[in-house]
Amino acid sequence: MADSEVIVVGSGPAGLAAATELARAGRRVTVLDREAEAGGIPRHCGHYPFGMREFHRLLRGPDYAARLRATALAAGVTIRTRTTVTALLPGGTVEITDDSGPATLSARAVLLATGVRETSRAARLIGGEKPGGVLSTGALQGLVYLNNQRPFQHPVILGTELVAFSALLTCRHAGITPLAMIEPEPRITARSPAIWLARLMGVTVRLQSEITAIHGRTRVESVTLATPTGPTDLSTDGVIVTGGFRPDAALLRGSHLQVDAASGGSVIDRWGRLSDPAFFAAGNLLRGVETAGWCWSEGRRTARAILAALEGKLPAQGGTRLDLAHPGLRLAVPQIIGPGSATHDRLQVRLAAPARGHLTLSQGGRIVASARIDSLPERRLSLPLPTAPGPGPLTLTIEDRP
Amino acid sequence: MQASDPADRPAGYDVAVIGAGVVGCALARAFTLAGARVVVLEKAVEVLDGASKANSAILHTGFDAPEGSLELACIREGYALYHEVHDQLGLPLVRAGAMVLAWTEEEVAGLPALMAQAVANGVTDIAPLTGAEARRLEPALSDRIQAGFRVPGEHLVDPWSAAHGYLMQALANGAVLMRQAEVLTGRHTGGAWHLATTAGAVTAELVINAAGLWGDEVDRRVTGESWFTIKPRKGQFVVYDKTAAALAGHILLPVPTTITKGIVVCRTAFGNLLVGPTAEEQEDREHATVERDTLQALMKRGSEILPALANHEVTAVYAGLRPATEEKQYRIRTDLAPGYICVGGIRSTGLSAALGIAAHVVRLAARDDIPLADPVWPQMPNISVNGPRDWQCAGHGGIVCHCELVTRREVEAALSGPMPAASLAGLKRRTRVTMGRCQGFYCSAELARLTEGRLAQPMLDPGHG
Repeated sequence: MADSEVIVVGSGPAGLAAATELARAGRRVTVLDREAEAGGIPRHCGHYPFGMREFHRLLRGPDYAARLRATALAAGVTIRTRTTVTALLPGGTVEITDDSGPATLSARAVLLATGVRETSRAARLIGGEKPGGVLSTGALQGLVYLNNQRPFQHPVILGTELVAFSALLTCRHAGITPLAMIEPEPRITARSPAIWLARLMGVTVRLQSEITAIHGRTRVESVTLATPTGPTDLSTDGVIVTGGFRPDAALLRGSHLQVDAASGGSVIDRWGRLSDPAFFAAGNLLRGVETAGWCWSEGRRTARAILAALEGKLPAQGGTRLDLAHPGLRLAVPQIIGPGSATHDRLQVRLAAPARGHLTLSQGGRIVASARIDSLPERRLSLPLPTAPGPGPLTLTIEDRP
Repeated sequence: MQASDPADRPAGYDVAVIGAGVVGCALARAFTLAGARVVVLEKAVEVLDGASKANSAILHTGFDAPEGSLELACIREGYALYHEVHDQLGLPLVRAGAMVLAWTEEEVAGLPALMAQAVANGVTDIAPLTGAEARRLEPALSDRIQAGFRVPGEHLVDPWSAAHGYLMQALANGAVLMRQAEVLTGRHTGGAWHLATTAGAVTAELVINAAGLWGDEVDRRVTGESWFTIKPRKGQFVVYDKTAAALAGHILLPVPTTITKGIVVCRTAFGNLLVGPTAEEQEDREHATVERDTLQALMKRGSEILPALANHEVTAVYAGLRPATEEKQYRIRTDLAPGYICVGGIRSTGLSAALGIAAHVVRLAARDDIPLADPVWPQMPNISVNGPRDWQCAGHGGIVCHCELVTRREVEAALSGPMPAASLAGLKRRTRVTMGRCQGFYCSAELARLTEGRLAQPMLDPGHG
């Protein structure tokens, strides 16, 4: 334990993939996770589809998580669960606590893979009272798949991101019949085939609608909706507040490491390296939500950068700070762009609002990459990064040209 | 009904305290330590379920309380008593100090009178500030600040641990708590009150009405009439992420109006930053709702005071009701009926004044009980930023709530003992579970497992699952 070369914080797909890769390369790796079992969010996603990219077969979340664990352990990774990291210190040191109390661990490199959470009801400023029965998808899945509990019978689902359809599947599994899906935008956020699941389950999708208030003293009794035709009350016994994923960056924010105000996650360079070069980050901590497969792949690629760092082969820190020059842009990762073909060879982009036009990366007035977009905020967008960016600031913008 | 130990309950009590808010808890403690056999009657499933569940968690000096008022006297005495007992009860005290800030010419003009009032109220350690001096002390303050003054004695406390601690000390020294015991009627015969409650009959020599938002109603039910009317005044609050707490060391107070102390920005004893409250009159005594527009207005006001606040996330929002009446002063009276004291209209200074109100009422009651010579002092577990937390000590069983670092051992402790949590809300107030950034995203499943079958009001509806 004390002689781990790499500490990985978080045992979701990104953390376990990276740890496995590092252990296979002969490195001593310890993964720390605060939960009782390693595997991250897929542990409580009791539905398909997981595992195509990683294991070339279709798996449910818990089976996928079990495979990730088994693969990591077989590669020689040490996994410590029920171990909470409480602080990150310069140079690759972490403070932890577990049942035996606080302790300090150090390694040559630390990978942060602490993942995401959904935006809470409180942070969305939904009005009304605070009865029981208002849950995030994560909390619902924990109750249904980990505990075999059914918190409500006829809830409404707020949001239509992909995870909202995961909430639908979770409801179906538990014998819960949602009444409606509520979406403030004029169209659903997930790709349109997802809508068929709602139709199949007889769930009404109400677009251009918002939950303005939740009513009930101990349990949810009803919600007030703002709709295009005016406010209306809906009797219901629960609310699933889905999506609005944000990096779970509490550790980062309390540390010496740089935080990206745009993403709420870490500032990384093309190798996934943080402002303190002993620290790396991968997975959903970087940007909000991506699929498990994406995070797994990112974890593997970041592990290779960590291997290079351990061998002293990673270029020195440096590069150009990317500038987001359009209010419609929510985030872009990586934020520090240096030369070379590396872990992140594409710029990952998310929008703040629906946009149509050209997503354009330019340097010194010269366009280095551009792509036509017609997209919604939560959808995946990317641009290739130049392997040899010249000097001068890099700017990302959305051009309205057709 | 849940009593501490029904089998041991004597036939009659010396004192029945109606309402387990912060004032009722302090009264129970004071009368118990004074030697009386006390029963606390709470209509809700859990204590602190009314006005005391939501406030700004400041221990006020009374610098701006009405001169010569009973309220001022109770705040001053309560403030001194809190300082005296907080260590022995394990209650936190974050010595933040406050700044009263003037943002307009009109407010600046009001400062000298406020400072004179503070001195007259016995708060003499105040110091005037220019705008520049205020910003030197609090660099995150907006440069639009004109002037102000410091009140070093204004501090932060944990509003729930404080009240729990008072009541726990009462229980540890023989008092009895009855929850889900709503008082229905009262009859005074043979020198004692016979109260009918939803948990059965209770007899006591002295009845004290500390029913907060239901003070007038309890007056009516017990004595047949009420001498005041509760006019609930709602306050909404926004709680920011712990990252925002570094923006303000001091409690940032506005120049108060006659209606309200105004919108405060301050840290909490748990390391967050809070903006609020509003002051909104309403009829409803049960339901305190938050409204998006109002919350947004609070956030806007917060960002006007601390511009950097706009970059921080909101962790929680809440609303509370103050038991205001048609008059500003405390409504404490002993002459409504024999053996009956009404402690009403404790609107927004109840937390600061509770121990002082209790001492005052013990004196008013003038009983001849023999004070306990060597009372038990239970220690409340620390859940504030003021001292070491349980996760820093071995054997904690692992973390349950990751955002607030609440341990399994802390949750277990809160579910047992003489006053076990009876609802998720009660568990939250005792431990802070689910009160952090994720608001239950990560820990709901684990909490549902840990609390299954152990809460009088379960997290999930019984019969489900």
